[in-house]
Amino acid sequence: MAVKKSRRDFLGMAFGGFAAVGGVLTLGAMKQTWDPLPSVQAAGFVTVDLSPLQEGELRTITWRGKPIFLLKKTAEMKKNENRDVVVGNADYSVIIGLCTHLGCIPSWIPSTMQFKCACHGGEFDASGINTFGPPPRPMDIPPFKIDGMTLVLGEEGSEYKKLVAKA
Amino acid sequence: MAHIRKAEGVIDWLDQRLAVKKLAKVMMTEYWIPKDINFLWAMGVVLVVLLKILIISGIFLLMYYKPDVNLAFDSVNYTIMQEVEYGWLWRHLHGVAASCIFLIIYIHMFTGIYYGSYKQGREMIWLTGMALFGIFSAEAFSGYMLPWGQMSYWAAQVITNLFGGIPFIGSDLVVWIRGDFAVADATLTRFFMLHVLLLPLAIITLVAVHFYALRIPHVNNQEAEELDFEAEAKKFQEGKKRESKVVPFWPVFLSKDFFVVGVFMVLFFYLVFYHYDFAMDPINFEPANSMKTPAHIYPEWYFLWSYEVLRGFFFPVGPIAAMDIGLAAFGFANVIFMIFPFLDRDPKVAPAHRRPRFKIWFWLLLIDMIILTIFGKLPPLGINTYIGFVAAISFILLFVALPFITKKDALGGTK
Repeated sequence: MAVKKSRRDFLGMAFGGFAAVGGVLTLGAMKQTWDPLPSVQAAGFVTVDLSPLQEGELRTITWRGKPIFLLKKTAEMKKNENRDVVVGNADYSVIIGLCTHLGCIPSWIPSTMQFKCACHGGEFDASGINTFGPPPRPMDIPPFKIDGMTLVLGEEGSEYKKLVAKA
Repeated sequence: MAHIRKAEGVIDWLDQRLAVKKLAKVMMTEYWIPKDINFLWAMGVVLVVLLKILIISGIFLLMYYKPDVNLAFDSVNYTIMQEVEYGWLWRHLHGVAASCIFLIIYIHMFTGIYYGSYKQGREMIWLTGMALFGIFSAEAFSGYMLPWGQMSYWAAQVITNLFGGIPFIGSDLVVWIRGDFAVADATLTRFFMLHVLLLPLAIITLVAVHFYALRIPHVNNQEAEELDFEAEAKKFQEGKKRESKVVPFWPVFLSKDFFVVGVFMVLFFYLVFYHYDFAMDPINFEPANSMKTPAHIYPEWYFLWSYEVLRGFFFPVGPIAAMDIGLAAFGFANVIFMIFPFLDRDPKVAPAHRRPRFKIWFWLLLIDMIILTIFGKLPPLGINTYIGFVAAISFILLFVALPFITKKDALGGTK
């Protein structure tokens, strides 16, 4: 009797264990099915030529479905060692144009040299630093690499790593 | 196996195989409902009717809707609205019913709170009900995304971003939920699946559990009188209907419910035919554009109170950012109703009018939620931000006070 019982226990545990492993693997498969597809991930590199940019004029491009603000700083705009991207002899703000509060796109107000978010009233300066309202941190800087006068978004170059180290 | 005889008719044939007569008794003619109730007890049946309308109109919309970022907007606004015969009717029914179902859910919920129908054995009714509220919210959100207009897109952007507030895994989780770095095609197709399959399945299952949870503790009544249902049912069956304190679910209770449903349907179809625009935001008639944020983003009216709790906290406290406080408050607002039965520390079931402190608490909560709803719609400027803040903090304080207030009522005794 005792032998029979332990044999049943073994069968029960073997069956249960096997089913549990299968269940965990299935959950893993389900999780990965929801992951971004390889084609989505590969589309994550954008090259942009900075030479036609005018001082003080905002240009918005798309990278990974997000707006990227490119702003060649004028002399009046405060220099920011920790955030400015230096290409040639000019300073550029290169920022992901999404409010760090809930992801709305702030608008550039040239007269006050500010980014203003219409959703909940957040404000940022020309370097993308939050100055008022609910945004918890400055707008993010996308990973980039400088190649002459062009910028490759999505690749982590040495200048990007330097900025990240300072932040 | 049961002995099968030659059937005397269709009913008898079915009864021998499915015991339909017994089933009808258990589910309908011998399911006893207290007499001492009012029209607020009809909201459950109104909700069932609205859910049916949503499913039926949804089936017809599903035949022409295309879950693809390039096709979705036109499939709704051109194909369904202009080409499909009565396509407008299904869309307006679906949109208005989605909005109305939340109105009735709130009435249903506050009826339960007022009459204390969530404790002393009725906890599972409350818990399954709140789970239904949560899934209905997800259903409404995923459905709102489908027309792929500006409000669809930006609501999706903002709501999925909320998950970014979860420590450590936040930003990866947002990308995982979206299936892309931003809200995109992958996001639309997966939320389409949730909207038309997984969430409705969960809703239908939970509704069944919700009904079943009501069966054992029975329906509450206006004075929270504890009835001996078996004895009262016996009186009714013996013909002492006037003396008995209960009526059968069918035909007595349901026939009264149908009257309430009838009155409600007049209002509902008035909205469907003449005022469907209240459920159709004009901004959503502009196709989704990931490069342009609408000036004001606000949710549908039924989410405004929790949205206002989220954004009410607009200033940081010490090292904690305003957004994190808002997110924590938002999380609080969304789970606190779930544990309502355990915050009420008065073991006696009684309507609010017999609980002096709880009565005041109840009306204060209702007023506060109406204020939150109103200010959730207004742009967060000037005085609005401060009123929003006071209302948001009041909401939290009310729930913090609930255990103490109910305890005091319990000690003081009911009137």
